[in-house]
Amino acid sequence: MRRLAAIAAGQLTAAASRATRLGGGTTLPGRVAMALAPGIITEVAGELSQGVVLISGTNGKTTTARLLGGILDAGGLVAIHNRAGANLLSGIASSLVEHAAPIGPVRGDVGLFEVDEGTLPAAVEATRPRALILLNLFRDQLDRYGEIDLIADRWRRALGALAENAMLVYNADDPLVADVGRTFAGRSLTFGLQEAPEGSRAPQSPEHAADSRYCYRCGRPFEYALVTLGHMGHYRCERCGTGRPAPDVRAHGIRLHGADGSTLSLTYREQTLSISTVLPGLYNVYDITAAAAGALALDVATETIGRGIMATAPAFGRGEHVTIDGRDALLLLAKNPAGFNEVLRTVLMAEEAPVVLIAINDLIADGRDISWLWDVDFEMLRDRARSVVVTGLRAEDMALRLKYAGVEGSRVTIERDGARALQTARSQLKNGERLYILPTYTAMLRLRALLERKGYVRGFWKQ
Amino acid sequence: MELRICHLYPDLLNLYGDRGNITTLVHRARWRGITASLIEARLGDRIDSRASDLYFIGGGEDRQQRLASPDLCRVKGGALRDAAASGAAVLAVCGGYQLLGHYYRPSDGPDLEGLGLLDLHTVHPGPGARRLIGNIVIRERTEGVRLVGFENHGGRTHLGPHAEALGTVESGFGNNGEDRSEGAVTGTVYGTYLHGPLLPKNPWLADVLIAHALRRRNTGVDLAPLPDVEEHLAAEAAAQRR
Repeated sequence: MRRLAAIAAGQLTAAASRATRLGGGTTLPGRVAMALAPGIITEVAGELSQGVVLISGTNGKTTTARLLGGILDAGGLVAIHNRAGANLLSGIASSLVEHAAPIGPVRGDVGLFEVDEGTLPAAVEATRPRALILLNLFRDQLDRYGEIDLIADRWRRALGALAENAMLVYNADDPLVADVGRTFAGRSLTFGLQEAPEGSRAPQSPEHAADSRYCYRCGRPFEYALVTLGHMGHYRCERCGTGRPAPDVRAHGIRLHGADGSTLSLTYREQTLSISTVLPGLYNVYDITAAAAGALALDVATETIGRGIMATAPAFGRGEHVTIDGRDALLLLAKNPAGFNEVLRTVLMAEEAPVVLIAINDLIADGRDISWLWDVDFEMLRDRARSVVVTGLRAEDMALRLKYAGVEGSRVTIERDGARALQTARSQLKNGERLYILPTYTAMLRLRALLERKGYVRGFWKQ
Repeated sequence: MELRICHLYPDLLNLYGDRGNITTLVHRARWRGITASLIEARLGDRIDSRASDLYFIGGGEDRQQRLASPDLCRVKGGALRDAAASGAAVLAVCGGYQLLGHYYRPSDGPDLEGLGLLDLHTVHPGPGARRLIGNIVIRERTEGVRLVGFENHGGRTHLGPHAEALGTVESGFGNNGEDRSEGAVTGTVYGTYLHGPLLPKNPWLADVLIAHALRRRNTGVDLAPLPDVEEHLAAEAAAQRR
């Protein structure tokens, strides 16, 4: 009875929230259902014949979930996901309730949920996942969680609650994630990049934004044979021997084609898969490798994995192309230093003298502390950016950061109003040029809402 | 004239954009035609009290502080103490600030020894205690200048009789969330919980430190004013976000 009432109330809430255009109805229905039946997630998740997969990490949750969704879809499985980035328990409950039938089993085969880093222990307990994918840990939203080591502790706790027969999939290239992953007593599958992208000048030491550069066992700085992104790469502690585990799923032959995507090969045991993707940047190479490893954990066939990845388009705001009055624009979510640096590199690979719109908010979902702007290497823009328009609640902080990065005031426009900022930036494009929009999370939602109102993009819950 | 900066533990204590402070010091010197040089001192590196006139220590998590504490006290402490005693400027932020006191008692594990350059001690009330997190605005005590920033600390700091507070809290928590004091100053040694890029939005404090450092080896130091348009816009925007 409770289940029935919770599902009915949740579905009604979702319908009402869409009808009144208050939002996508991505969290409220779940909150309502959980209030009526606290065990609703466990109950409905238990009805999924192929179980639940959880994905967590600072960067790439949404895209990895989307890729794995594409793979499952290619394999003929119906996945239920919290697509819109609603990654707390309420978001998971909302998506389950939406697909639950009042009587009879849930309409779907597998649950595929991205989970906020801090929510992981609760999510593992509630959903009892068959597989858990751990992507990376970067500094992000520290004001919410305190410190990155505290998140790692929560993850260790989550692994303690993970069933022994579950499969843990984790990133071998991230020292902190690997340190956490090693503690799991059950089966695990690791992934990583075998080499730097072709033709790239890979840094030989972690960039400034890097976090876990010191060995977790003995405190000595790691030696890096290769740095891929931030603190990720091929690391080893020369004192105690702690190092990168040999990854089971390896990406190699990586070629980045700027804003137009990448090509790469994936190898698992004796099998190699050639991939071509429209998802731009090295981050997405990691996401693809993680999604492939996750699919292998679910026993999906290699051929299906390749098809699924190549059919996957960027998630909203994450490499999404938009046409604004005849001009192409690319939305690249940038929410922390390591991610932002990679986005800047992608932009500069695509355009010699780009016009860039940067939108910085400091709401809870962005992280209220914007200190991190000083860890981003905006100096990359100094000799390259033709014009930078800054907007958002902390537009002035961004303008100040650019001043110290050497992008002088004549190239920087502060425009608090989002619509006017878009217009100003667009008006500076020459024929054939593309606008690069680099927003934090809530700034991205806001800009997207503006674009949607003009009919340039679709509502994110409709994707 | 030359501004000689020493950044202590640049890769270990650099939690929240701390390098923004170094960038600011270097640029503000150069914009005035003053050369700026930078030495980075990592774990195990000895420092020379005469080689630099401005020493900066950033913030870090408990784990990093635990690595830095013995190194600060035994490897670098003597020279840093000598430098401060002869007029060098020192700025320590957040975790670094705690290590300049007598000790830091974390939520678990043994006490971390501090350098005792500032008369204060810090106690973390335990894992259940709420962290003091948020935008902070203080009124500096010597000239009444408004300073803005962001704080995020579990430890509560209490000043002894030989340390003055840097400022009075107008909004936010400050040293301990109780007595409205924020930061500490003794001579040319400054500590504060306004973490990360404190100096970009607070050019007044940046210039105070630069002036202290230059006066150690020069007479007639008079810093030309800079326009600081973007600085004031950003500080104003930050003050509105309380």
